[in-house]
Amino acid sequence: MKKTRVVLSFPPSNVEEPITYRLIKDYDLVVNILRASIDPGKQGRMVVELSGEESQVSHAFNYLETQGVGVEPLSQEVQHLEERCTGCTACVPICPTGALDVDRKSWKVSYDPEKCVVCLSCLDVCIYKAVEVNLA
Amino acid sequence: MAKTLEEINGKIRSGSVVVVTAEEVIGIAREKGVEKAAREVDVVTTGTFSPMCSSGAFLNIKQPKEKMKLGGGWITLNGVPAYAGLAAADIYIGATAIPDGDPRNNNGRPGKFRYGGAHVIEDLVSGKEVILSAGAYGTDCYPRKSREQKIGFKDLNEAVLFNPRNCYQNYNVAVNLSDKPIYTYMGLLKPKLGNANYCSAGQLSPLLNDPFYRTIGVGSRIFLSGAQGYVAWNGTQHSPDVPRSDNGTPRKGAGTLALIGNLKEMDSRWIRAVSYTGYGVSLSVAVGVPIPILDEDVMKTVSVSDEELTAPIVDYSRFYPIGEGEALLGEVTYAQLKSGSIDVKGKRVPTGCFSSYSKAREVAGHLKSLIQSGRFLLSQPVASLPGAKEGLR
Repeated sequence: MKKTRVVLSFPPSNVEEPITYRLIKDYDLVVNILRASIDPGKQGRMVVELSGEESQVSHAFNYLETQGVGVEPLSQEVQHLEERCTGCTACVPICPTGALDVDRKSWKVSYDPEKCVVCLSCLDVCIYKAVEVNLA
Repeated sequence: MAKTLEEINGKIRSGSVVVVTAEEVIGIAREKGVEKAAREVDVVTTGTFSPMCSSGAFLNIKQPKEKMKLGGGWITLNGVPAYAGLAAADIYIGATAIPDGDPRNNNGRPGKFRYGGAHVIEDLVSGKEVILSAGAYGTDCYPRKSREQKIGFKDLNEAVLFNPRNCYQNYNVAVNLSDKPIYTYMGLLKPKLGNANYCSAGQLSPLLNDPFYRTIGVGSRIFLSGAQGYVAWNGTQHSPDVPRSDNGTPRKGAGTLALIGNLKEMDSRWIRAVSYTGYGVSLSVAVGVPIPILDEDVMKTVSVSDEELTAPIVDYSRFYPIGEGEALLGEVTYAQLKSGSIDVKGKRVPTGCFSSYSKAREVAGHLKSLIQSGRFLLSQPVASLPGAKEGLR
C-alpha cells in the first residue's frame, strides 16, 4: 500500500473528463479529495490523497500524463519560510491537522508537509507572511 | 544586603558582573533561595518581541536646494501618509497608517493590509529606499510646492523611533463567543470558543518582572530593536491601579512604557512589520529591559514564573467591542496558556500567541551578553513611573 498526496492540474480541455472516476475504477485507488477548484473551460487544480498498490499508483500517474494532467507532489505547495517565522504560535491553534506545530521547549514552530491538507487557514493568520502557498 | 546601581555598573566595567535572564533566574531563586540568589546575581534581563501598534518614527528629511515647508502640507512614503503638522522638515510615520483607499474590507471579505507605515519603517531599517511624495503651499522662505524622490536613511538627518505605548504589563486572552469568525488585533478568533489568543512573554516580560516600577522608570536605558534606547515616559493608558495577585503582579493590562531610540541603529531582525488580516498593519518591536538586583525584594519580583502570572479571558465578539455580555470569562495562568489549551466555560480551547517567546528569549539572552561584555551599562531612572493609585483609572 502506498499513500501519496499530489496536486493535479487539469488543462482546460480536459476538465470534463471523469478523471477521478477512472482513478478509482481502473486503478483501484482510494481517492481523497482535499481541495479542488474546477470550472469547465478553465484550468482546474485538485489536491488529492491517493492510496493503493504502488504499481497501480504508478500506472495511474502514467494515465494522468496521457490525459495531459500535471502531477506535482503536495509538499511543494505550502512553504513555511523559517527566516520570516518568529515562532509566535498564532498559526498553531488554527492549523486543523497539526502540520504547523510548536516545540514547547524551544518554542520554534515547525511545518510537516506530510500532515498539510492545503486548507490555507494559516495564510490569514500569519502576520509575518511566513507561510506561502503556491496553489493558484 | 543591598547593592547600588553604581556598584553593579562597576562590576559591568570590570567584567565581573553576574547576569541571568528572567527565565534562568526562576530556577536559581528556587534552588538557592531568594537571599543567596539576590547576593549572587547582579542583573536580570527581560525581553519581549510582539506587535505594538502604538509605534512610529519621527523623521527629519534633508532639504533640497530649493527648500520646502512640509508643515501644513501633506506627505506620503511609498503611498503611506505620514503626519506633516510639524516644522518644515519633520514628519511622523505611524506604524498603522495605510495608503488612502486601501480596502479595509473588500465586499465583506477581510482585507489583507499588505503594506503600511510599519512596512515603511521596516524598509528603511533594512536599507531600502522609499518614494517620498509631498505637497505644500509654499512661502517666501520655503518656495518649493511639491517634491517626489526616493529617500533612504542617508537622506534623513534623524530617524527616531518613538512609541507612545509599548510593553503592556499583562494583557487579555481573547476569545469569540459568537457564531461567526471575527478578525481582531488579537488575530482570527474562531466562533464558539474555537481558539484563545494571548499576547505576552509572561515570565520574561519586562513589567511583569518589576510589578511596582521600582527599577524601571523615565530614563531607563533599554535594548530597543537592536539599538540602545530609553524609557521616555509612562506609556499612554498606563493604568497601574488594577487588581493584583499576592506576588504584586497585575491580573490584567496595567502599566505601559513610552519608548524612544535611534531608528538608524536598529536591526531588521528585531523590528518587523506585520499584517493582520481583517484588522490592519502593526509593528513588532523587540524590547529588552535590564533589572538591577538591588536587594531581595527585587529578586523576589524577578523570580516570578508563568505558574504565578494570570491573565483575564475576554470575549471579543461583544464585551470588548461594545461592552455587552459577560465582562470576565475567567482567569488563566501563563503556564496554562503555554501548555497549548485552556478551559473556558467547560470547553477545551486551543491557545495561540502573538508575542514570540522564542524571540523574547533571544532578546533577553542578547541583552545579557551585551551587559556581560561591558557594552551595555544600566541607568538610574530620573523619575518614577506613576504607581498604583496614581495612574489612569
